[in-house]
Amino acid sequence: MGMTLTEKILARHAGLPRVEPGQIINAKVDLVLANELSAAVAIGVMRKIKGASKVFDPGKIALVADHFVPAKDAQSASLARLMKDFAAEQKIEHFFDVGRGGIEHVVLPEEGLVAPGELIVGGDSHTCTYGAFGAFATGMGSTDVAAAFVLGEVWLKVPASIKLVYSGTPGPMVYAKDIMLRTVGELGIDGATYRAIEYHGTTVDELSITGRITMANMAIEAGAKNGIFHADAKTIAYVKERTDRPFVVERADADALYERVIEIDISALEPQVACPHTPDNVHPISEVTRDDLRVDQVFIGSCTNGYIDDLRIVAKILEGRQIASNLRVIVNPGSQKVWMQAAQEGVLTTLAAAGCAVNTPGCGACFGGHMGTLGDGERAISTTNRNYVGRMGSPKAEIYLASPATCAASALTGRITDPRVLELAGV
Amino acid sequence: MEATLRGHAHKYGKNVDTDVIIPGKYCNIVDQTELGKHALEGLDPEYVSRMKSGDIIVADTNFGCGSSREVAPIAIKASGTAAVIAKSFARIFYRNALNIGLPIFESAEAVDGIESGDEIELEPASGIVRNLTRGTEYRAAEFPPFMRSLIDAGGLVPYVEGRLAAADR
Repeated sequence: MGMTLTEKILARHAGLPRVEPGQIINAKVDLVLANELSAAVAIGVMRKIKGASKVFDPGKIALVADHFVPAKDAQSASLARLMKDFAAEQKIEHFFDVGRGGIEHVVLPEEGLVAPGELIVGGDSHTCTYGAFGAFATGMGSTDVAAAFVLGEVWLKVPASIKLVYSGTPGPMVYAKDIMLRTVGELGIDGATYRAIEYHGTTVDELSITGRITMANMAIEAGAKNGIFHADAKTIAYVKERTDRPFVVERADADALYERVIEIDISALEPQVACPHTPDNVHPISEVTRDDLRVDQVFIGSCTNGYIDDLRIVAKILEGRQIASNLRVIVNPGSQKVWMQAAQEGVLTTLAAAGCAVNTPGCGACFGGHMGTLGDGERAISTTNRNYVGRMGSPKAEIYLASPATCAASALTGRITDPRVLELAGV
Repeated sequence: MEATLRGHAHKYGKNVDTDVIIPGKYCNIVDQTELGKHALEGLDPEYVSRMKSGDIIVADTNFGCGSSREVAPIAIKASGTAAVIAKSFARIFYRNALNIGLPIFESAEAVDGIESGDEIELEPASGIVRNLTRGTEYRAAEFPPFMRSLIDAGGLVPYVEGRLAAADR
C-alpha cells in the first residue's frame, strides 16, 4: 500500500521508509514559527528547560510580531520586546518587526521560507496555511514550540488523510474562499479533527497560489491537523523566485490509502457565507441576504484573504464609488510587501477614496485584539476565518464570513449582498 | 502520579472554542492568576465567580477548537478548575492540556451521565470517572502509550530535558 502526501513528508522527516496513520513519530522540522504571543510563552518555557541555552538552528526559526502590533498597550509592547530581545540573543535570522513583515502566514511564503516537501510547525493554528505549497505544516501551542526551538524535532501522531476532489469551474464572483467555506460547511468544524486534508481535482489545479493559500489556511476550521496541495509548476515557480534552498517535491502514491474520499462539484456553487457563530454554519448567499441584514463593519484582510489578489478584487468593486454611509470598512493588507504593491498599483488610493480605513498589516481585528474591534450588538461581514462568539470583540456581536468580493459588495449596500448582483449591474 | 480529584461539575455544550475559553483581548496577559480570572468568560461570564477550586468542566464534543493559544488550558487551570471531561477534544487543545498539566478525560458516556452540580471524583492515573451524586462510574479513553509516558514524566519539559541529557552523553 502506498502513502498519502502527508505520510510521504512525515516519513522522510522521521527517517523512516514508511509511516501509517496512528503511528507516533519524531520528525525533524525545517522551520519553527512563533508570533509575539506564542513566542512570549514559548521563551518562558524554554528558560525553564534545564540544559537548553540555545535554539537548535538560528536559521530555521521565524519570529513575527503581528498579533498586538503596532503595540496596543504597554503590556503588548513588552511581549514584542521580549521576542525581539530573544531574537537578538539567539541570533535568529528571520525576525520580522513592525514595518518589516506583517501577518506571519503572509510573510513566510513571501520571504521564501516555505517550500514543497518541508515540515513546518508554528505557534499559531493557521500555520496549516503552508500546505498550499506542498509542505506539511501544523499549528501547536507554545510548550511544543519551545521543545521544537530546542530539539529541532517534534513528536507527531501520523494523521489519516481525507481526500477532497474538486471539479467544475467557479462561476462569476465565486472564489477559493467560497469553495473552502462550502468545504468547512460540508465537513463540519470537527469533521477533520486529527486528520490531514489533501486537496485534489481540476478546480484546485487551476487555482492561483493565493487561492490555494486561502483554502489551506482554513483546514483548521474543520479541525484538521494540516491541509495540503501537491506542488505544481506554479508552486515551484513561486518558491524559486524567492529562495535558492533545495527542496524535494513529494507526491502521494497512486495506491495511497485515504480514510474518506469526498467529491465536490463546484460548477453551480454560489458565493458562500458562514453565519454566526461557527465557521461551518455555511449557507449559499441567496439564503442569507435580507433587506434588514445590515452591517456595521466590513473587514478585509487576515492570513486568509489579505493578499494582493484579494485587495485588487475589492478595489475593482469599490472603484469610483462610495461605501454605504452607515458603516465602516477596515482594510489590512496582509504584509508590508502586499501594502507596498497595493500602494504602487493605486489600490490603496482607490480603497481610501471609497471611504475605507486602510491599516498597517496585523492580526488585531481578526481575533478581537485591536484595530477594528466590534461593539455590543454590532454585525460584521469579514474575509477572516473564524466567527465564534466574541472572536472580533464583543460576545454580543455577530460575524459573517465571506469572500473579499461579497464583503466589498456588502460595503457598497450596507447589508449582506450577493456580489453577482453588482456584476449584473455592470459594477 | 496525580492524586484523586473531587469537585462539582459545570456542564457545557459542544464546540467550546478557544475564543470563548479566553477571549483574544486577554491573550497578552502573562500572569496566570490574572488569566484564570477570565476563564470561559466568552461562554459563561459567571463561571469563575460561581465555581469553587477543584471543580470540573464537563463538555460535549470538540472542546477547545480554534486557536493554538496555550493560554486557553492555562486559564482553565489557573481558575482552579481541576480537570475537563469531554466527549472529544480539538487536537491542539489536547496537546496543550497535556503539556501544561491540565488533566483531561475523554468519555462520551461520562459526559452523558453527568449534570451540572453533580459531585465527581476522578482518578487521573486510571481514567476512572465517578459520579458520586448518581452512583455511576465510567472509564475514560486511555492515553496512547507515548502520551502516557509524557504525562508520567511530568510533561513535555522533562521529556526535552531527558533528550538533551541523552544527546550530551
